[in-house]
Amino acid sequence: MKKSKVFWGYIVLALVIYAVVQLLINSGTVNFYYENMLITICINIMLAVSLHLVIGITGQFSIGHAGFMAIGAYLSAIGTMKLEMPFITAILLGAVVAALAGLLVGIPSLRLKGDYLAIATLGFAEIIRIVFLNIDYVGGAAGLQIMRQSSWGYAFFAVVITILVIANFTKSRHGRACIAIREDEIAADAMGINTTYYKVVAFVIGSFFAGVAGAVYAHNFYIIQPTTFGFLKSFDILILVVLGGLGSLSGSVLAAIFLTVVTTYLQGFPETRMIIYSLVLIIVMLYRPTGLLGTKEITDVFKFGKKGGSKL
Amino acid sequence: MEWIQQLVNGVSLGSIYALIALGYTMVYGIIKLINFAHGDVFMLGAFIGFYAIVRWDMHFILALLLAMLLCAIIGVVIERVAYKRLRNSTRIAALITAIGISLLIEYTVIFFRGASPEAYPNVVPNKTFEIFGAQIGVQSILILGISVVLMILLQFIVHKTKIGKAMRAVSHDADAARLMGINVDNTISATFAIGSALAGAAGVIFGIYYTRIEPLMGVLPGLKAFVAAVLGGIGIIPGAMVGGLVLGVVETIVSALGYSLWRDAAAFVILILILILRPAGIFGKNTREKV
Repeated sequence: MKKSKVFWGYIVLALVIYAVVQLLINSGTVNFYYENMLITICINIMLAVSLHLVIGITGQFSIGHAGFMAIGAYLSAIGTMKLEMPFITAILLGAVVAALAGLLVGIPSLRLKGDYLAIATLGFAEIIRIVFLNIDYVGGAAGLQIMRQSSWGYAFFAVVITILVIANFTKSRHGRACIAIREDEIAADAMGINTTYYKVVAFVIGSFFAGVAGAVYAHNFYIIQPTTFGFLKSFDILILVVLGGLGSLSGSVLAAIFLTVVTTYLQGFPETRMIIYSLVLIIVMLYRPTGLLGTKEITDVFKFGKKGGSKL
Repeated sequence: MEWIQQLVNGVSLGSIYALIALGYTMVYGIIKLINFAHGDVFMLGAFIGFYAIVRWDMHFILALLLAMLLCAIIGVVIERVAYKRLRNSTRIAALITAIGISLLIEYTVIFFRGASPEAYPNVVPNKTFEIFGAQIGVQSILILGISVVLMILLQFIVHKTKIGKAMRAVSHDADAARLMGINVDNTISATFAIGSALAGAAGVIFGIYYTRIEPLMGVLPGLKAFVAAVLGGIGIIPGAMVGGLVLGVVETIVSALGYSLWRDAAAFVILILILILRPAGIFGKNTREKV
């Protein structure tokens, strides 16, 4: 009873946010510049939340997220520009292929631990980028021209679905298995959790939504090039998750919103932006290694003093 | 004899990777940290060498020594400021900090001098020798010579000196080493100093060989050097040398076969194959995980 009430509460909240912003866009109060910023925020939230599932919940340190985003971007672009699919189908195509790539990458590399996994995912992401660089069908280094089809509606509902799926996954039995792996992999294994299976599942779901984000991204910027999806992009996503808190979904969302706004205003000074980013990263790690929110959720704040600490 | 020439090119490139990989492998061996900033120390070495030769008219051997000295200091500062506090924190925290340091160095350099590339001056005569019908440049021989001297020096330091003995002891068991009266902090700093000096030397050599340097040049060679370290077995010094040479030769072969755009992918394919088939590396021993 209570659970579903909270759930519908959030759905209604999401619809209200959507309607209000859409109204503002239609009436012209929010101009193209800000609409673009809102879509970028949505894309970054999807990327951050999907990486949060891999790093924050399952504890698998992947720094190749931009590779899956690239797959989503390119495949959806091929879908709309070459095969003339509708945008929704193209997004799904990109996401499914990204998920398949996640499966393909995840099965061998998730046997590795910690640092090795990080480097392997980075290597895979680079290979994906170099493959796109060498395929003339998608334009090679010059990139692929794309018609703009993303809108606030698409971006927002993609975010809602992403958060919904990942939040529910986290709260489910599978999510708890993933958290157990994060806390202590050997102990989780000893308790009968199929650690490889859950690690791969989390990785595939993360890749799927990175693909969705890539698809929305590709159809928002008119052109995609392999250089966009280098490891700097992966680090950008990593910063969102780390800053928000390793293991906090709402933290990732807040960090994505905050840093996107900061980035937009620092667009003229990319070096300054990166210096600030890296300093933030170092200082957060030195003084608060769990990230700003740790594993807490922002919704926990509203539950103080309630009897029995009700859980969502 | 085309292939001898390619082999020499590959070995020259490989010795640069090997010099960088040595720093990675030593640091990893002693504190189990992938020092992502290592590639950027390499970049700083290249720039220090460049300014020493162009602005201050130094002889290039002096410039090489200056770059090594300054990089050693930079390495120790990075270790003291950032990594020292993280010794007891999680691996992820340490890794993220290393990435942060790496980005900080890159973009601080870009901030102060812009992202434009520089061209290294010609410090070595552009002569070539003919050996078995292959054209071998003086530069390649110089690079090889410097690398070999540095590697022999490193072997001497690690195996014959007191600090080398301390380094081996700390990498084996830091707590036991501390109980034996070894100053662990100083030993770790010394490791960073030696590794960074090698990276600095690699930077200057890289500049002389490829003539083009830029602030983000350290990222890819850094990653590839890490691949070389993993290939040889991370934490093992001869492994890093062999790994670097193998990687250099493989990359040159891939380029020579006409797939130069795929060259960068070759390193990562090797990495993934080695991680899947033999995670301990060529020279590594398998260790079992204990609770």
